[in-house]
Amino acid sequence: MEFIQPTSWREALEAKAALPGAVPIRGGTDVMVELNFARSRPQAILDLSRVEELEEWGIEDGLLRVGAGVNYTRIVEEIGDRLPGLAMASRTVGSPQIRNRGTVGGNLGTASPAGDALPPLYASDAEVEVASMDGSRRVPVADFISGPKQNALSDNELISAFYIANADGPQQYSKIGTRNAMVIAVCAFALALHPEQRKVGTCVGSAGPTPIRVEGAEDFIGGVLEEGDLWQSRGAIPDAALRRFGELVAGAARPIDDVRGTAEYRRHSAGVLARRTLGWAWEEYRGVRGAA
Amino acid sequence: MRLRLRVNGEAREAEDVWEGESLLYVLRERLELPGSKNACEQGECGSCSVYLDGSLVCSCLVLAGQAEGREVVTVEGISEGDGLHPVQEAFVEAGAVQCGFCTPGFVVATHDLLRRVPEPGDAEVREALAGNLCRCTGYEKILAAVRLAARRMAK
Repeated sequence: MEFIQPTSWREALEAKAALPGAVPIRGGTDVMVELNFARSRPQAILDLSRVEELEEWGIEDGLLRVGAGVNYTRIVEEIGDRLPGLAMASRTVGSPQIRNRGTVGGNLGTASPAGDALPPLYASDAEVEVASMDGSRRVPVADFISGPKQNALSDNELISAFYIANADGPQQYSKIGTRNAMVIAVCAFALALHPEQRKVGTCVGSAGPTPIRVEGAEDFIGGVLEEGDLWQSRGAIPDAALRRFGELVAGAARPIDDVRGTAEYRRHSAGVLARRTLGWAWEEYRGVRGAA
Repeated sequence: MRLRLRVNGEAREAEDVWEGESLLYVLRERLELPGSKNACEQGECGSCSVYLDGSLVCSCLVLAGQAEGREVVTVEGISEGDGLHPVQEAFVEAGAVQCGFCTPGFVVATHDLLRRVPEPGDAEVREALAGNLCRCTGYEKILAAVRLAARRMAK
Protein backbone atom coordinates (compact mmCIF):
# COMPACT_ATOMS: atom_id res chain seq x y z
CA MET A 1 0.00 0.00 0.00
CA GLU A 2 1.28 3.42 -0.88
CA PHE A 3 0.71 6.47 1.33
CA ILE A 4 0.64 9.82 -0.44
CA GLN A 5 0.46 13.04 1.54
CA PRO A 6 0.13 16.12 -0.68
CA THR A 7 0.37 19.54 0.94
CA SER A 8 -1.47 21.47 -1.78
CA TRP A 9 -4.60 20.95 -3.86
CA ARG A 10 -2.58 20.86 -7.06
CA GLU A 11 -0.34 18.11 -5.71
CA ALA A 12 -3.43 16.20 -4.62
CA LEU A 13 -4.92 16.37 -8.13
CA GLU A 14 -1.61 15.35 -9.68
CA ALA A 15 -1.42 12.35 -7.39
CA LYS A 16 -5.00 11.34 -8.19
CA ALA A 17 -4.27 11.60 -11.92
CA ALA A 18 -1.14 9.48 -11.57
CA LEU A 19 -2.82 6.87 -9.37
CA PRO A 20 -6.56 6.78 -10.11
CA GLY A 21 -7.04 3.89 -7.68
CA ALA A 22 -5.84 5.96 -4.72
CA VAL A 23 -8.49 6.25 -2.01
CA PRO A 24 -8.84 9.77 -0.59
CA ILE A 25 -8.94 10.12 3.18
CA ARG A 26 -9.48 13.24 5.27
CA GLY A 27 -11.36 12.69 8.53
CA GLY A 28 -11.01 8.93 8.20
CA THR A 29 -14.31 8.14 9.90
CA ASP A 30 -15.44 5.95 6.98
CA VAL A 31 -12.15 4.94 5.33
CA MET A 32 -10.48 3.76 8.55
CA VAL A 33 -13.36 1.45 9.42
CA GLU A 34 -12.85 -0.28 6.06
CA LEU A 35 -9.10 -0.57 6.70
CA ASN A 36 -9.40 -1.67 10.33
CA PHE A 37 -11.74 -4.50 9.39
CA ALA A 38 -9.70 -5.47 6.31
CA ARG A 39 -12.71 -4.80 4.09
CA SER A 40 -10.55 -2.89 1.68
CA ARG A 41 -6.87 -2.83 0.79
CA PRO A 42 -6.46 -0.03 -1.74
CA GLN A 43 -3.23 0.19 -3.74
CA ALA A 44 -2.75 3.70 -2.40
CA ILE A 45 -4.20 6.11 0.15
CA LEU A 46 -4.27 9.81 -0.61
CA ASP A 47 -4.28 11.80 2.62
CA LEU A 48 -5.98 15.17 2.11
CA SER A 49 -5.62 16.32 5.72
CA ARG A 50 -2.67 18.63 4.88
CA VAL A 51 -4.39 20.38 1.97
CA GLU A 52 -5.22 23.74 3.48
CA GLU A 53 -7.38 24.83 0.53
CA LEU A 54 -9.94 22.23 1.58
CA GLU A 55 -10.31 23.83 5.01
CA GLU A 56 -11.54 27.17 3.70
CA TRP A 57 -15.03 28.58 3.35
CA GLY A 58 -16.24 31.90 2.03
CA ILE A 59 -18.63 33.70 -0.30
CA GLU A 60 -18.24 33.19 -4.06
CA ASP A 61 -20.72 34.29 -6.74
CA GLY A 62 -23.16 35.20 -3.96
CA LEU A 63 -23.11 31.64 -2.61
CA LEU A 64 -21.32 30.02 0.27
CA ARG A 65 -18.45 27.88 -0.95
CA VAL A 66 -17.48 25.38 1.73
CA GLY A 67 -14.28 23.36 1.32
CA ALA A 68 -14.71 19.60 1.38
CA GLY A 69 -12.38 19.37 4.37
CA VAL A 70 -14.39 21.54 6.77
CA ASN A 71 -15.43 19.22 9.59
CA TYR A 72 -18.87 19.03 11.22
CA THR A 73 -17.76 20.82 14.40
CA ARG A 74 -16.68 23.81 12.31
CA ILE A 75 -19.87 23.70 10.22
CA VAL A 76 -21.90 24.04 13.43
CA GLU A 77 -19.69 26.66 15.07
CA GLU A 78 -18.62 28.80 12.13
CA ILE A 79 -21.46 28.68 9.60
CA GLY A 80 -24.36 27.21 11.58
CA ASP A 81 -26.12 30.58 11.67
CA ARG A 82 -26.07 30.79 7.86
CA LEU A 83 -27.06 27.16 7.29
CA PRO A 84 -29.33 26.15 10.17
CA GLY A 85 -30.60 22.99 8.45
CA LEU A 86 -27.12 21.69 7.72
CA ALA A 87 -26.04 22.65 11.25
CA MET A 88 -28.91 20.65 12.78
CA ALA A 89 -27.96 17.66 10.64
CA SER A 90 -24.28 18.06 11.52
CA ARG A 91 -25.09 17.99 15.23
CA THR A 92 -26.64 14.55 14.77
CA VAL A 93 -23.46 13.10 13.26
CA GLY A 94 -21.83 10.55 15.58
CA SER A 95 -20.17 12.09 18.62
CA PRO A 96 -17.84 15.02 19.32
CA GLN A 97 -14.91 12.77 18.37
CA ILE A 98 -16.53 11.97 15.01
CA ARG A 99 -17.68 15.55 14.35
CA ASN A 100 -14.13 16.80 14.96
CA ARG A 101 -12.94 14.67 12.03
CA GLY A 102 -15.83 13.90 9.69
CA THR A 103 -16.61 16.22 6.78
CA VAL A 104 -19.42 16.95 4.35
CA GLY A 105 -16.91 16.12 1.61
CA GLY A 106 -16.59 12.65 3.10
CA ASN A 107 -20.36 12.28 3.27
CA LEU A 108 -20.54 13.15 -0.44
CA GLY A 109 -17.69 10.78 -1.27
CA THR A 110 -19.17 7.87 0.66
CA ALA A 111 -22.63 8.64 -0.80
CA SER A 112 -24.48 6.59 1.76
CA PRO A 113 -28.28 6.98 1.49
CA ALA A 114 -28.11 7.64 5.25
CA GLY A 115 -25.48 10.40 5.06
CA ASP A 116 -26.75 12.97 7.58
CA ALA A 117 -25.48 16.05 5.73
CA LEU A 118 -26.99 15.13 2.39
CA PRO A 119 -30.73 15.95 2.81
CA PRO A 120 -30.10 19.61 3.76
CA LEU A 121 -27.93 19.98 0.65
CA TYR A 122 -30.77 18.67 -1.53
CA ALA A 123 -33.38 20.89 0.15
CA SER A 124 -31.33 24.00 -0.68
CA ASP A 125 -30.19 23.05 -4.23
CA ALA A 126 -26.53 22.72 -3.27
CA GLU A 127 -23.93 21.98 -5.90
CA VAL A 128 -20.86 19.81 -5.54
CA GLU A 129 -17.58 21.06 -6.98
CA VAL A 130 -15.26 18.36 -8.24
CA ALA A 131 -11.87 18.84 -9.82
CA SER A 132 -9.15 17.07 -11.75
CA MET A 133 -6.04 18.16 -13.59
CA ASP A 134 -8.37 18.92 -16.52
CA GLY A 135 -10.31 21.53 -14.55
CA SER A 136 -13.30 21.70 -12.25
CA ARG A 137 -17.04 21.26 -12.69
CA ARG A 138 -20.11 21.88 -10.54
CA VAL A 139 -22.78 19.21 -10.25
CA PRO A 140 -26.20 19.57 -8.56
CA VAL A 141 -26.09 17.32 -5.49
CA ALA A 142 -29.03 15.23 -6.72
CA ASP A 143 -27.08 14.40 -9.88
CA PHE A 144 -23.86 13.85 -7.97
CA ILE A 145 -25.25 11.07 -5.75
CA SER A 146 -26.21 8.35 -8.22
CA GLY A 147 -26.98 5.32 -6.07
CA PRO A 148 -26.18 3.60 -2.78
CA LYS A 149 -22.50 4.45 -2.21
CA GLN A 150 -22.17 5.64 -5.80
CA ASN A 151 -21.43 9.10 -7.04
CA ALA A 152 -20.54 10.91 -10.24
CA LEU A 153 -16.80 11.21 -9.51
CA SER A 154 -14.47 10.05 -12.24
CA ASP A 155 -11.32 8.12 -11.34
CA ASN A 156 -9.13 11.20 -11.68
CA GLU A 157 -11.42 13.57 -9.75
CA LEU A 158 -11.59 14.71 -6.14
CA ILE A 159 -14.35 16.61 -4.33
CA SER A 160 -13.16 20.15 -3.64
CA ALA A 161 -16.17 21.96 -2.13
CA PHE A 162 -19.90 22.44 -2.11
CA TYR A 163 -21.86 25.58 -2.97
CA ILE A 164 -25.03 26.50 -1.12
CA ALA A 165 -27.07 29.65 -0.59
CA ASN A 166 -27.25 31.27 2.83
CA ALA A 167 -30.58 30.36 4.41
CA ASP A 168 -33.26 32.80 3.24
CA GLY A 169 -35.87 31.36 5.61
CA PRO A 170 -36.36 28.83 8.40
CA GLN A 171 -34.85 25.38 7.94
CA GLN A 172 -35.38 22.12 9.78
CA TYR A 173 -33.82 18.69 10.00
CA SER A 174 -35.17 15.70 11.85
CA LYS A 175 -33.71 12.26 12.25
CA ILE A 176 -34.98 9.02 13.72
CA GLY A 177 -32.63 6.57 15.40
CA THR A 178 -32.77 4.15 18.27
CA ARG A 179 -31.08 6.68 20.54
CA ASN A 180 -30.04 10.33 20.52
CA ALA A 181 -26.42 9.96 19.50
CA MET A 182 -24.08 7.70 17.57
CA VAL A 183 -26.74 6.26 15.30
CA ILE A 184 -27.10 5.86 11.59
CA ALA A 185 -30.47 7.32 10.64
CA VAL A 186 -33.42 4.98 10.30
CA CYS A 187 -35.07 7.85 8.49
CA ALA A 188 -34.32 11.55 8.19
CA PHE A 189 -35.93 14.60 6.62
CA ALA A 190 -34.65 18.04 5.71
CA LEU A 191 -36.88 21.00 4.94
CA ALA A 192 -36.01 24.52 3.84
CA LEU A 193 -38.38 27.43 3.32
CA HIS A 194 -37.23 29.73 0.53
CA PRO A 195 -39.52 32.79 0.88
CA GLU A 196 -37.64 34.76 -1.80
CA GLN A 197 -38.34 32.10 -4.41
CA ARG A 198 -41.65 31.16 -2.74
CA LYS A 199 -40.50 27.55 -2.65
CA VAL A 200 -40.28 24.77 -0.11
CA GLY A 201 -37.25 22.47 -0.41
CA THR A 202 -37.48 18.89 0.84
CA CYS A 203 -35.41 15.74 1.04
CA VAL A 204 -35.90 12.33 2.67
CA GLY A 205 -32.79 10.52 3.86
CA SER A 206 -32.21 6.85 4.63
CA ALA A 207 -35.45 5.79 2.93
CA GLY A 208 -34.31 5.01 -0.61
CA PRO A 209 -31.21 4.16 -2.65
CA THR A 210 -30.21 7.83 -2.48
CA PRO A 211 -31.60 10.79 -0.57
CA ILE A 212 -34.84 11.70 -2.35
CA ARG A 213 -36.08 15.17 -3.12
CA VAL A 214 -39.89 15.08 -3.14
CA GLU A 215 -40.94 17.41 -5.92
CA GLY A 216 -44.56 16.29 -5.80
CA ALA A 217 -44.83 17.39 -2.18
CA GLU A 218 -42.97 20.63 -2.90
CA ASP A 219 -45.35 21.46 -5.76
CA PHE A 220 -48.39 20.58 -3.68
CA ILE A 221 -47.47 22.73 -0.70
CA GLY A 222 -46.24 25.47 -3.03
CA GLY A 223 -49.73 25.56 -4.53
CA VAL A 224 -51.40 25.70 -1.11
CA LEU A 225 -49.18 28.59 -0.03
CA GLU A 226 -49.77 30.51 -3.27
CA GLU A 227 -53.50 29.92 -3.30
CA GLY A 228 -53.96 31.15 0.27
CA ASP A 229 -51.43 33.96 -0.25
CA LEU A 230 -49.75 32.56 2.86
CA TRP A 231 -46.18 33.68 2.06
CA GLN A 232 -47.52 37.22 2.20
CA SER A 233 -50.08 36.94 5.01
CA ARG A 234 -48.02 34.50 7.10
CA GLY A 235 -51.23 32.70 7.89
CA ALA A 236 -51.33 29.14 9.24
CA ILE A 237 -51.11 26.17 6.89
CA PRO A 238 -54.35 24.18 7.17
CA ASP A 239 -53.93 20.86 9.01
CA ALA A 240 -55.30 18.94 6.05
CA ALA A 241 -52.56 20.39 3.85
CA LEU A 242 -49.85 19.47 6.38
CA ARG A 243 -51.19 15.93 6.46
CA ARG A 244 -51.35 15.69 2.68
CA PHE A 245 -47.77 16.98 2.48
CA GLY A 246 -46.70 14.15 4.80
CA GLU A 247 -48.59 11.57 2.75
CA LEU A 248 -46.93 12.74 -0.46
CA VAL A 249 -43.49 12.48 1.13
CA ALA A 250 -44.26 9.01 2.52
CA GLY A 251 -45.49 7.96 -0.91
CA ALA A 252 -42.28 9.11 -2.58
CA ALA A 253 -39.96 7.25 -0.19
CA ARG A 254 -38.44 4.06 -1.56
CA PRO A 255 -37.28 2.35 1.62
CA ILE A 256 -36.04 -1.19 2.19
CA ASP A 257 -36.18 -3.48 5.21
CA ASP A 258 -32.80 -3.72 6.91
CA VAL A 259 -31.20 -4.15 10.31
CA ARG A 260 -32.13 -0.62 11.35
CA GLY A 261 -35.81 -0.63 10.48
CA THR A 262 -38.54 -1.97 8.25
CA ALA A 263 -39.57 -0.34 5.02
CA GLU A 264 -43.06 0.17 6.42
CA TYR A 265 -41.75 1.99 9.51
CA ARG A 266 -39.45 4.14 7.40
CA ARG A 267 -42.25 5.12 5.03
CA HIS A 268 -44.53 6.04 7.91
CA SER A 269 -41.82 7.99 9.73
CA ALA A 270 -40.85 9.91 6.58
CA GLY A 271 -44.40 11.24 6.43
CA VAL A 272 -44.45 12.15 10.11
CA LEU A 273 -41.06 13.92 9.93
CA ALA A 274 -42.19 15.84 6.84
CA ARG A 275 -45.41 17.03 8.44
CA ARG A 276 -43.71 18.02 11.70
CA THR A 277 -40.72 19.81 10.15
CA LEU A 278 -42.97 21.80 7.84
CA GLY A 279 -45.12 22.75 10.84
CA TRP A 280 -42.09 23.85 12.87
CA ALA A 281 -40.50 25.80 10.02
CA TRP A 282 -43.77 27.50 9.11
CA GLU A 283 -44.43 28.52 12.71
CA GLU A 284 -40.98 30.05 12.79
CA TYR A 285 -41.69 31.87 9.52
CA ARG A 286 -44.89 33.21 11.03
CA GLY A 287 -42.97 34.41 14.07
CA VAL A 288 -44.86 32.06 16.36
CA ARG A 289 -41.82 29.95 17.15
CA GLY A 290 -38.10 30.57 17.34
CA ALA A 291 -38.53 34.31 16.87
CA ALA A 292 -37.34 35.24 20.35
CA MET B 1 7.39 3.86 6.83
CA ARG B 2 8.90 5.80 9.69
CA LEU B 3 6.63 8.00 11.77
CA ARG B 4 7.71 10.98 13.84
CA LEU B 5 5.33 12.78 16.13
CA ARG B 6 5.10 14.40 19.55
CA VAL B 7 3.29 12.37 22.18
CA ASN B 8 2.58 13.80 25.61
CA GLY B 9 5.16 16.50 25.03
CA GLU B 10 7.97 14.19 23.88
CA ALA B 11 9.34 13.62 20.40
CA ARG B 12 8.71 9.97 19.49
CA GLU B 13 9.50 7.79 16.50
CA ALA B 14 8.11 4.53 15.25
CA GLU B 15 9.75 2.34 12.61
CA ASP B 16 8.20 0.01 10.05
CA VAL B 17 4.73 1.46 10.41
CA TRP B 18 2.37 -0.14 7.89
CA GLU B 19 0.69 2.47 5.65
CA GLY B 20 -2.81 1.34 6.67
CA GLU B 21 -2.11 1.34 10.39
CA SER B 22 -4.14 3.42 12.85
CA LEU B 23 -2.71 5.95 15.29
CA LEU B 24 -4.20 3.77 18.05
CA TYR B 25 -2.07 0.80 16.98
CA VAL B 26 1.05 2.96 16.90
CA LEU B 27 0.36 4.31 20.39
CA ARG B 28 -0.34 0.95 21.98
CA GLU B 29 1.88 -1.48 20.13
CA ARG B 30 4.84 0.62 19.04
CA LEU B 31 5.12 3.42 21.60
CA GLU B 32 4.11 1.34 24.65
CA LEU B 33 1.27 3.62 25.68
CA PRO B 34 -1.54 1.17 26.47
CA GLY B 35 -3.79 3.76 28.15
CA SER B 36 -5.89 4.26 25.03
CA LYS B 37 -7.95 1.11 24.70
CA ASN B 38 -8.75 -0.84 21.55
CA ALA B 39 -12.33 -2.05 21.52
CA CYS B 40 -14.52 -1.37 18.49
CA GLU B 41 -12.06 0.00 15.91
CA GLN B 42 -14.91 1.87 14.25
CA GLY B 43 -15.34 5.04 16.29
CA GLU B 44 -18.37 3.72 18.21
CA CYS B 45 -16.99 3.27 21.71
CA GLY B 46 -14.63 6.18 22.33
CA SER B 47 -12.22 4.12 24.44
CA CYS B 48 -9.28 5.13 22.21
CA SER B 49 -10.00 8.89 22.50
CA VAL B 50 -6.93 11.15 22.42
CA TYR B 51 -6.16 14.72 21.48
CA LEU B 52 -4.68 15.25 18.03
CA ASP B 53 -3.39 18.81 17.72
CA GLY B 54 -5.74 19.71 20.57
CA SER B 55 -8.84 18.15 19.02
CA LEU B 56 -10.63 15.18 20.63
CA VAL B 57 -10.56 12.25 18.19
CA CYS B 58 -10.89 8.49 18.07
CA SER B 59 -7.31 7.36 17.49
CA CYS B 60 -8.59 4.20 15.77
CA LEU B 61 -9.93 6.42 12.97
CA VAL B 62 -6.74 8.40 12.45
CA LEU B 63 -4.40 6.91 9.90
CA ALA B 64 -0.92 6.77 11.45
CA GLY B 65 0.60 8.83 8.63
CA GLN B 66 -1.91 11.59 9.30
CA ALA B 67 -0.28 12.09 12.72
CA GLU B 68 3.21 12.67 11.24
CA GLY B 69 4.63 15.78 12.86
CA ARG B 70 1.46 16.32 14.89
CA GLU B 71 0.95 16.69 18.63
CA VAL B 72 -0.82 13.83 20.40
CA VAL B 73 -1.93 13.80 24.04
CA THR B 74 -3.17 10.51 25.51
CA VAL B 75 -4.70 9.74 28.87
CA GLU B 76 -1.14 9.14 30.12
CA GLY B 77 -0.34 12.76 29.32
CA ILE B 78 -3.20 14.76 30.77
CA SER B 79 -1.89 14.87 34.33
CA GLU B 80 1.36 16.50 35.33
CA GLY B 81 3.98 14.29 36.96
CA ASP B 82 2.87 11.20 38.88
CA GLY B 83 -0.27 12.68 40.43
CA LEU B 84 -3.78 12.18 39.11
CA HIS B 85 -5.61 14.88 37.19
CA PRO B 86 -8.72 16.17 39.02
CA VAL B 87 -10.87 14.39 36.41
CA GLN B 88 -9.10 11.11 37.15
CA GLU B 89 -9.46 11.66 40.92
CA ALA B 90 -13.16 12.37 40.53
CA PHE B 91 -13.69 9.16 38.55
CA VAL B 92 -12.01 7.13 41.30
CA GLU B 93 -13.87 8.85 44.14
CA ALA B 94 -17.29 8.75 42.52
CA GLY B 95 -16.98 5.02 41.77
CA ALA B 96 -17.11 5.72 38.06
CA VAL B 97 -14.33 3.17 37.48
CA GLN B 98 -15.42 -0.43 37.46
CA CYS B 99 -13.66 -2.73 35.02
CA GLY B 100 -11.79 0.36 33.86
CA PHE B 101 -11.71 -0.43 30.17
CA CYS B 102 -13.72 2.59 29.06
CA THR B 103 -12.20 4.88 31.70
CA PRO B 104 -9.29 6.37 29.69
CA GLY B 105 -11.66 7.40 26.91
CA PHE B 106 -14.16 8.90 29.36
CA VAL B 107 -11.40 10.74 31.19
CA VAL B 108 -10.06 12.34 28.02
CA ALA B 109 -13.57 13.20 26.76
CA THR B 110 -14.46 14.72 30.16
CA HIS B 111 -11.18 16.66 30.18
CA ASP B 112 -12.09 18.04 26.74
CA LEU B 113 -15.60 18.99 27.87
CA LEU B 114 -14.45 20.79 31.02
CA ARG B 115 -11.78 22.84 29.26
CA ARG B 116 -14.44 24.02 26.77
CA VAL B 117 -17.37 24.30 29.18
CA PRO B 118 -16.27 24.66 32.81
CA GLU B 119 -19.78 24.36 34.25
CA PRO B 120 -21.74 22.10 31.93
CA GLY B 121 -25.41 21.27 32.40
CA ASP B 122 -26.56 17.66 32.36
CA ALA B 123 -27.62 17.82 28.72
CA GLU B 124 -24.20 19.18 27.74
CA VAL B 125 -22.47 16.41 29.69
CA ARG B 126 -24.57 13.75 27.99
CA GLU B 127 -23.95 15.20 24.55
CA ALA B 128 -20.20 15.48 25.18
CA LEU B 129 -19.90 11.90 26.42
CA ALA B 130 -22.24 10.39 23.82
CA GLY B 131 -19.31 8.93 21.90
CA ASN B 132 -18.13 6.79 24.81
CA LEU B 133 -19.58 3.43 25.79
CA CYS B 134 -19.41 1.78 29.21
CA ARG B 135 -20.84 -1.67 29.84
CA CYS B 136 -20.70 -1.75 33.65
CA THR B 137 -21.31 1.50 35.52
CA GLY B 138 -24.76 2.28 34.24
CA TYR B 139 -23.39 5.77 33.55
CA GLU B 140 -24.87 7.43 36.66
CA LYS B 141 -21.56 7.33 38.51
CA ILE B 142 -19.78 8.61 35.44
CA LEU B 143 -22.15 11.59 35.34
CA ALA B 144 -21.54 12.11 39.07
CA ALA B 145 -17.78 12.04 38.46
CA VAL B 146 -18.05 14.70 35.76
CA ARG B 147 -20.09 16.93 38.07
CA LEU B 148 -17.59 16.40 40.90
CA ALA B 149 -14.64 17.21 38.64
CA ALA B 150 -16.38 20.30 37.32
CA ARG B 151 -17.07 21.58 40.85
CA ARG B 152 -13.48 21.06 41.94
CA MET B 153 -11.90 22.51 38.82
CA ALA B 154 -14.16 25.57 38.94
CA LYS B 155 -12.70 26.50 42.35
